[in-house]
Amino acid sequence: MTDAGWATLSNQAVAAAAVVYFLALLAHVVEWASLRQVDRTKVLVGAGAPVDAPVAPAGAEVEKHEDRVAMFGRLGLLLTGIAAAIHFVALVGRGMSADPNRVPWGNMYEFTLAGTFVVAAFYLVMSRRYALSWLGPVVVTFVLTLLMVAVVWLYDPTGPLPEALNSYWLVIHVVSAITATGAFTLGGMTSVTYLLKRRRGDKPDTGLWARVPSLDKLDLISYRIHAFGFPIWTFAVLITGPIWAHQAWSSYWNWDPKEVWAFITWVVYAAYLHARTTAGWRGRNAAVLALVGTLTLWFNFIGINYFSTSSQHSYAGAPALPDSSASLSGK
Amino acid sequence: MTATETRPTAPAPERRSGELNLRELVRWTWRQLTSMRTALILLLLLALAAVPGSLVPQERVDSLKSSEWKDAHTTLAPIYEKLGIFNVYGSAWFAAIYVLLVISLLGCIIPRTFVYARGLRAQPPAAPRNLSRLPSHASYATTESAEVVLERARALLKHKRYRLRRDAGDSSVSAERGYLRELGNLVFHLAVLVVLVGFATGTLFGFRGGVILIQGQPFSNNLTQYDDFVPGSLFDPDGMDPFSFTVNKFGIEWLTTGPRAGMARGFNADLTYTEAPGEPEKSYDLRVNHPLKIGGTELFLIGHGYAPVVTIRDGDGNVAASGPVPFLPMGPDLFSFGVVKAPFAEPTQIGLEGYFYPAFADVDGTPVNLGGNDVNPLLSLNVYTGDLNMSSGSQSVYTLDKSKVTQVTGADGKNVRLNLTPGETVQLPNGLGSVTFDKVVSWQRIQISHTPGKDVALLGVVLALLGLMGSLFIRSRRVWVRVSEGPDGTTVDIAALDRSGGADTDAVLSQLVAALQKPEEKS
Repeated sequence: MTDAGWATLSNQAVAAAAVVYFLALLAHVVEWASLRQVDRTKVLVGAGAPVDAPVAPAGAEVEKHEDRVAMFGRLGLLLTGIAAAIHFVALVGRGMSADPNRVPWGNMYEFTLAGTFVVAAFYLVMSRRYALSWLGPVVVTFVLTLLMVAVVWLYDPTGPLPEALNSYWLVIHVVSAITATGAFTLGGMTSVTYLLKRRRGDKPDTGLWARVPSLDKLDLISYRIHAFGFPIWTFAVLITGPIWAHQAWSSYWNWDPKEVWAFITWVVYAAYLHARTTAGWRGRNAAVLALVGTLTLWFNFIGINYFSTSSQHSYAGAPALPDSSASLSGK
Repeated sequence: MTATETRPTAPAPERRSGELNLRELVRWTWRQLTSMRTALILLLLLALAAVPGSLVPQERVDSLKSSEWKDAHTTLAPIYEKLGIFNVYGSAWFAAIYVLLVISLLGCIIPRTFVYARGLRAQPPAAPRNLSRLPSHASYATTESAEVVLERARALLKHKRYRLRRDAGDSSVSAERGYLRELGNLVFHLAVLVVLVGFATGTLFGFRGGVILIQGQPFSNNLTQYDDFVPGSLFDPDGMDPFSFTVNKFGIEWLTTGPRAGMARGFNADLTYTEAPGEPEKSYDLRVNHPLKIGGTELFLIGHGYAPVVTIRDGDGNVAASGPVPFLPMGPDLFSFGVVKAPFAEPTQIGLEGYFYPAFADVDGTPVNLGGNDVNPLLSLNVYTGDLNMSSGSQSVYTLDKSKVTQVTGADGKNVRLNLTPGETVQLPNGLGSVTFDKVVSWQRIQISHTPGKDVALLGVVLALLGLMGSLFIRSRRVWVRVSEGPDGTTVDIAALDRSGGADTDAVLSQLVAALQKPEEKS
């Protein structure tokens, strides 16, 4: 297949993945909508409607209803899986369309494509182990939104890598950064859920909230996701980043805006881990910190590019400089 | 709160409650500073304090952008200057935060190290009297004898790498595991200090400089040769490595197709160097991402551009200026801006300012640059005459001081614009002289840096990562098993206590119970 062919395949796969993610979202919405009806039936039966009412058929109906809910839940998960597979094809196509072939993360469009894929993949891998299926609609909405942002605002035709990115550290550094980003993003979602659920109190819940784990369990899931992401982030930001920066820019730490924000993110998550073991900071405050961490993470990923013009992470700006020769300071 | 403890030896009736003497005040301050809560707040402050430096261009990171910013914001600049916003990471208030953080860290870690050292050899604590008071506990009845159950529990826990209490008695087993967790925690925090030491060494004793070299122009490593030089505050110029080098050939691979056609893909500078005067000459292919290391100093290729060779003859016909003048690229297509100065021209000084097009094209009367490869070079310059103001202190070679010059106009009253191709000579009006664009050569920007302590910093971060993983993933846990024989069989009580937080103790407990109840699958 020609490079142009691969590029077309990649673009079409992104569109197809977005459609399937959307179908997955619809399935989850139907699942959640049906959940509300189940409660009403349950309440009705529980309140002891007219004694002579036939109880058995109502029970059977409830069961049927629950089956339908479960079916839509499974359908949502299945569709998310299919969408993620197509998403992966889009990534591969993107890498194959470049000449020479390369890893598909050389500019913002590709980072976003890869980052959202990691979020979806993590969700799929962990949904069984941590019973995360309740998080499905949130994950799918997030991935869908960012894919749209990528296609509408960040799209860039495939090109060869700028010279500074042409290094095997691109694989190591960016894979670890994107992996940690995926984990932290999921952690942010569980932390938001924790905060929302906390406002309602951890009472025996009905409907939507019945599916969400208890506060303690949520806190534990959040912690585990963050504890997984934090060493990877450390590796990406404080080990591979500096090594590569030293090779390419002559200094391992330049206080470049991207570096500064990666450091800020690191400090915030370090504070989160400390907060979980500090009296008075457990639970709510820790979750707030985790959320702040997610915000700094995504601000660094996309936002800082629009605030700072002096970043050496030059892939970020649209008219990227191949090197820093324009920032000479003559005497 | 801890500082207000009663002190029976000092009956001081005149003291009001809450009043502290100096020693108590120091102690109170120390306790406050080293508390976890303070450490947390300091961490958040550190994150917050790092923000402004990412939004305002920093002097030490990009002095050109920084001074541009200052020119553009005349009201804010003096205020920011006072607050140190242009040098956040070297400012006193930023230092205050991390110094406090380090003190807080030391105050927390040193006592914990002693506690850990003592605890390392300690026995797991004896079983609490009432195991059912622990949050995770279970009990079951069995017909097996107490001895059998205990023996199995010991074997099981030992197999799971628990440390067992030696004198636990005949009715219970005390076990503990995960001693390395706290070690990881301590290693992580101490490694942070190692990183700081490495980083500080580099900042204090190192230097970073840059130089633009015309192809073929030799460079020897001493201060006078640098275009810009940022030394550490304890940097000793006498200790600089005495190497010298010359870029002999500079190669660029141009993209001719695709969305980035006209831009460079790869560049390499073929250079020869000697490590010290008299040493044999060696050669190296310097490329982006592939620095050259000479002694403790490293050379990086970080930029390139074009230097038109321009000759200015003055009104008397003498050569007033001649040679390559580096023009600075405005973008990846190497469309460049620069100035040529002839301060010794007679009768008046001459200054040229304008643009260099590597691949000039005229599209419907609009001049455009088609790419970085110099296939059709064109120099387009405005001419100024008068006093270039070069006696008033240092001046950038890349800008023209226009305060005392006038722009040269032609007979038609319009500003003169010289458009020159290589080899072309143009006479300036009013007998000012002539300008010749001889040819174009390339220049390379070489960054030269010496960063002592970088290996220390790297070792520190790697240690920190290992310690971090230990402290996050090693589970620190205590397990107690107690048996009591009654008339109708043996009752077994099991309790588990997770000391690390974030563990599913109930799951661990149920696994243990299951293993104890199934003797054939006890492993």
